Amino acid sequence: MIAKLRAQNLEPYLLLLPSTIFLLLFFAWPMFRALSLAILNDEGQFTLAHIQRMTSDVAFWDAIRNTFILLITIIPLQFILALIMALIVTSGLRGSGLLIYFYALPIAISDLAAGIVWFAVFTERGYLNTLLTNLGILDKPFIFLNIQTSWPLIAVIIAEVWRATSIVFVILVAGLQGIPKEYNEAAEIFGANWYTRLWRVTLPMLRPSIQVALILRTILAFQVFAVVVALTGGNLRVLALEAFRWYGDFRNANVAAAYAALILIFSMIVSVVYLRTLRSPETELTG
Amino acid sequence: MRKKLILVALLLVLALVAVACQPQTVEVTRVVTQTETVEVTRVVTETIEVEGEPVVVTQVVVETVTVEVPAEQPDFGKVVILSTQGVPVEEAEKMRGIVLADFPGEPEFIGVEEPVLLDRVLAEAEAGEGSVDVVIALHGTFPTLQAADALMDLSDLAAELSDRGIPDAFMELGKLGTEDTQYYIPLMQATYIFAANKVALDYLPEGADPDALTWDDIYNWAQNIANETGENKLGFPAGDRGLMHRFLEGYIYPSFTGGMVSNFKSEEAVAMWEFMRNLWQYTNPQSTTYAFMQEQLLSEEVWVAFDHTARLKDAFEQRPDDFIALPSPTGPAGLGFMPVIVGVGIPKNAPNPEGAMEMIRYLLEDETQINILREIGFFPATGVEFPGFVSTGIRLEGEAVAKQAASPNALPALLPVGLGERGGEINKIYRDTFTRIILNGEDIPTVLEEEGAKLQALLEETGAPCWPPDPPSEGACQVR
Repeated sequence: MIAKLRAQNLEPYLLLLPSTIFLLLFFAWPMFRALSLAILNDEGQFTLAHIQRMTSDVAFWDAIRNTFILLITIIPLQFILALIMALIVTSGLRGSGLLIYFYALPIAISDLAAGIVWFAVFTERGYLNTLLTNLGILDKPFIFLNIQTSWPLIAVIIAEVWRATSIVFVILVAGLQGIPKEYNEAAEIFGANWYTRLWRVTLPMLRPSIQVALILRTILAFQVFAVVVALTGGNLRVLALEAFRWYGDFRNANVAAAYAALILIFSMIVSVVYLRTLRSPETELTG
Repeated sequence: MRKKLILVALLLVLALVAVACQPQTVEVTRVVTQTETVEVTRVVTETIEVEGEPVVVTQVVVETVTVEVPAEQPDFGKVVILSTQGVPVEEAEKMRGIVLADFPGEPEFIGVEEPVLLDRVLAEAEAGEGSVDVVIALHGTFPTLQAADALMDLSDLAAELSDRGIPDAFMELGKLGTEDTQYYIPLMQATYIFAANKVALDYLPEGADPDALTWDDIYNWAQNIANETGENKLGFPAGDRGLMHRFLEGYIYPSFTGGMVSNFKSEEAVAMWEFMRNLWQYTNPQSTTYAFMQEQLLSEEVWVAFDHTARLKDAFEQRPDDFIALPSPTGPAGLGFMPVIVGVGIPKNAPNPEGAMEMIRYLLEDETQINILREIGFFPATGVEFPGFVSTGIRLEGEAVAKQAASPNALPALLPVGLGERGGEINKIYRDTFTRIILNGEDIPTVLEEEGAKLQALLEETGAPCWPPDPPSEGACQVR
């Protein structure tokens, strides 16, 4: 009897064991190693030299600035778009089922491929220039991807919005489908119009999904890489690209690790902020 | 029914993935026949009629017959080649299917980027167990491997191959600054040149000789084109994967200052950057995304471009009549240019060292060297005569390369040797300087002062002595 009870108590832990081992081995350990690379010197003593090297680098502040510009422009845009798309899809209009597949399509495309597609649009002899010259709007191709202008940044924003909105969309659709119809119907009976229902019923009920989508998207936004490489040839500095460059091109794993650690710290801070500010009291959900 | 359909679709996808993941090895079988002369004894029995009576006559005939017999084929087994050259899929296929096809063994060619090659060879050196037999990489990659003591000494092989006509200066480079250890054997070479669309020749400044341009000619040329067509048709590979840093280190710096490092922040350098700033007005601003200038030349996005010969090759191959190859321009201090040497070495713990040695002998055969030139656009390191064997396009390139090297005021600039595994950081300094001065418009002397300090620190920390074209130094090279 006691043995059986024990076995029962152990069961959840045994079930957790494989994933715990996996996480420790492939996430915690490399993370620990990377962090120690960033703050230890060759003799294994604590040093800030690598971090100083990172912050004093010409590209560092540009990378921070660009990463944050991308973050604060892309995420709100994506949320508004994804919410509109999700509302259309769940509204029960004719053919809206098909729209799901259409909207979700970019998920299936690798970010590098998406970057190359958008490069083909924006490049000097690209689709956009051809279209504009054929329409007579431009008389010779306009060079969008000139790094001395803001256009490359705008191009990256457009490409990223196109590419990653679908992830937010899928999460929001799942969340919307999980909201019982009764709430909206009840609100309707009480005379709430569409906007009121959206603000008072749908969005609050959608909070957990929004939270998940926000965390995921923000973490991914800190790691933006392939689209930038494809569109700007790497001349638009962003954090993940700098980490890659320091490791691959300059063969300095320490500074690369410092960048990686910085991305990790930013991601953690943002996640905690989201979790705190978007916390949904249990009562609101179950009640 | 639907389940079945899904199952079939899944299976199809799996099959596709399996096919895609199959290792791409090209199997090469070669049958070499050899003729041999053998003495054969034949007994001939004949029946002849003698006076109506059949008589059997037996005769022994000895004759020599030439027969074909398969030769004893030496098999050097599996030889794994890790290479930073010939990486693009097309080039790798040509390496496997053509260049390496006649090797007596099973060559396995793996093209990787430099960081991957370094990681793998260094990790194998540390682990004490190797899987790589041959390493093909740029001269600048080898010091990192040397520092980790990961390479075999090839002095004996170098002595054996001394009749192949590899220039002594190149062989010396393969010793990486040591007296008697041959870390790599030069395999092929390349350099950087200008390529121009023939249309652009109409805009060439008056009196300029295309085979002996000066930097001022280049400036006037780009300006003429911009003024008359309204478009900036000069291009540089200034994207992240482009080789702009080589342009700065090996071409414009030596041409203006006579050195790569020691005059980094000199007055001549300031004048050079001012020149670059002016030149950039007439340069296609999308240059910051370019990596292989052959693409922009072929699309006619640019008319005049600077790049590595192997990265211009497609333009010359596809439309040899439309493009011309130009030797690099001369500046106030001479004609700076950078010969690129690709070497071949063997890791210390190669599983098949005999096969690896044989591979190097094979790679340096005349026929292989010409195949390399024809297929991936690198010029021979040996003394083989090639013009009769290659296309017009490559011959054009070859002529420009030769003119550039033979120029009376040539200043060959080599890649740094003494920086060890920090060789990549020097490129960063030149690229950063370019970004700050040209793209961000910062003050030239300030930037040169700051980046020069970083350069000096790098040289001090690694103790690297000066390398050509800078004059030799005692101890670490000094930025004046």
